[in-house]
Amino acid sequence: MMRHIALSSFAVSPTNRRLLGLLAVLIIVFGFAVGKNLFSPAALWSMGIQLPEFAILSLAMMLTLLSGGLDLSIIATADLSALTTAYVLHHVAMLGYGGIFIAFAAGLGVAALIGVVNGILISLLGVSPILATLGTMTAVKGIGIGLTHGGVVSGFPSLVTFIGNGTLLGVPFSLFILALIVLPLGLMLTRSPLGTFIAITGTDESVVRYSGVATYKVIIKVYVLSAMLSAVAGFIMMGRFNSANPSYGESYLLVTILAAVLGGVDPNGGFGRISGLLIALVILQLISTAFNLLGLSPFLTLAIWGGTLVLTAGVGILRERFGALHVFRRKLS
Amino acid sequence: MLKQFRGTHEFRLLLAVVGLVIFLAVASPRFLSIQNILDLLTSTAFVGMLAAGLLVVLVAGSIDISFTAVASVAQYLAILAAGHMGIGWFPTLLIASIVGISLGMLNALLVHMLRLSGIIVSIAMLNVYFGLLMFLSDGQQIFSLPDWFADALSWVIGTSARGDPYILNGQIIGLVLSFVLTWLLLNATGIGRQIRALGGNPEAAKRVGFRPLRLNLIAFGYLGFTAGLASLAQAQLAQSVAPNVLVGRELSVLAAVVLGGASLSGGQGTVLGTILGVAVLAIMQNGLILLGISSYWSQCFIGFIIIAGVSAIGLERRRQRRRTRRNTDDPEATPLAGGLA
Repeated sequence: MMRHIALSSFAVSPTNRRLLGLLAVLIIVFGFAVGKNLFSPAALWSMGIQLPEFAILSLAMMLTLLSGGLDLSIIATADLSALTTAYVLHHVAMLGYGGIFIAFAAGLGVAALIGVVNGILISLLGVSPILATLGTMTAVKGIGIGLTHGGVVSGFPSLVTFIGNGTLLGVPFSLFILALIVLPLGLMLTRSPLGTFIAITGTDESVVRYSGVATYKVIIKVYVLSAMLSAVAGFIMMGRFNSANPSYGESYLLVTILAAVLGGVDPNGGFGRISGLLIALVILQLISTAFNLLGLSPFLTLAIWGGTLVLTAGVGILRERFGALHVFRRKLS
Repeated sequence: MLKQFRGTHEFRLLLAVVGLVIFLAVASPRFLSIQNILDLLTSTAFVGMLAAGLLVVLVAGSIDISFTAVASVAQYLAILAAGHMGIGWFPTLLIASIVGISLGMLNALLVHMLRLSGIIVSIAMLNVYFGLLMFLSDGQQIFSLPDWFADALSWVIGTSARGDPYILNGQIIGLVLSFVLTWLLLNATGIGRQIRALGGNPEAAKRVGFRPLRLNLIAFGYLGFTAGLASLAQAQLAQSVAPNVLVGRELSVLAAVVLGGASLSGGQGTVLGTILGVAVLAIMQNGLILLGISSYWSQCFIGFIIIAGVSAIGLERRRQRRRTRRNTDDPEATPLAGGLA
């Protein structure tokens, strides 16, 4: 298992090879079905502007899955962080860039607090991750609804909308944010002690405990990181819509789990790579954009997303079975 | 017996419910009125019926959160058939149940074949069922419900002092029926005991000769069945059918069941606990309205109740594990809770 974690992230794993194969097939199929519109700047732009928030939320989910948990509170956290930032912006914005900085810091602070609560509930009180984060999700969203009465807070400085809508060197700015997150996060997971501890905690928590590491610290760090990533996704959504609301992005919640599992993250913890997740996200985004260009209902996209996971898992099982058959035959001959 | 009951999670929950009821009865004279109790039961019927079904799947050691999508599909097909073919309430109920049971069993089959956990499969299938329903129905609502539907299975059981009728409706009957059926399934049949054994220790259950696939088909199918029933109860309450109003409520049903003491690691959970879990959340919501607290804050309250409830359960389970460990000196003596289903 250690080998699996330490393997160079440049080697293409079997999961990634399969995902890249699927991606290639989809590009060809959709390329014929949609025509060259699929690769038009407008289509690429719409993919690029939608991908980052979904990707960052999926990364937040992936971290907790790696540690053997799950975080249902990511969307609620993203929204409450954005609301906090929006509130501070409206009340302290007079300070100019300093005010904007304080606003984002406040949003991240709220997220970190939620992460600490999740981590404590899970590691110190022994609540199962699904239930702990189900509780915080409900409470956090409830706070958002209570404060805003379910309404929208809108109208922000251009720097804030730039985060969601801006362009840098012809590329959506939020893609740069995604890249800025992916690189250190990848290094953390593959090259740092914390990354190793997270993966081992996900495989067998007692191993980490017996090796003298305080597992509760690892778990709390995971949920704080997850919450802060969610906050960043919340900022991007806030910039894109130029508004904040306690229930933006709710449809992402369960889909992030799908994306992570499709990307090869073991839902029971321990294994998974960011590269796999990113390829899976590109696949899902490609399906969504192509269906949109074909004029198909976005709900059909949802169904196909679910179907993709079931089919990929099914193909994996079949392959395993035939692989076993193959080995068996070779032994016979 | 009573002494045994006093140490259980259900007992503490019962105390909480009784305390809540006494407090609300004193604070608001309307709380214990027959009309309010009927309203409370009616509005909680949908969640309660689903909770009864979900309990069985949790006891079997798995989880399925696609039941709101299953309910939406069952509801849409049954009401569509009722409207176009002019069938009565029994065939309508039958269609909803059959659709629910089939989709539930499909989930169980996929969990078995794909060797993925129930939560992953059911999230995928939730999207498949809901996505296809929205695509095929084009999101169209159905307003033209059959004439008999509004007061099917409803009886006037009395009148208030002001002459308003007290109505025992199909939703309340369905709620009671679901809990009775679940109790019978789990406690009075061999299948129920096998389901509990499977959830408590799958390996042992397999070695004894229980067939996990068959038991899971029954548990998931039963959840599908209650989803079918609940969907019609909800349609009767709303007096319209929209394909997108049920999905999104799955996690609040899960919250009610786990507040009642069912564990995500299987084998644990009782009908009484589930009833109390549903009751706490329903009474809380009802009470906040009666007390005149802005309904905007009700979700926040419920969130903190869930946090408090699951923390109490988590701590209690941890203490129990330590006790068992000390007694047997074997860390593997009890299955570790806290995993991902």
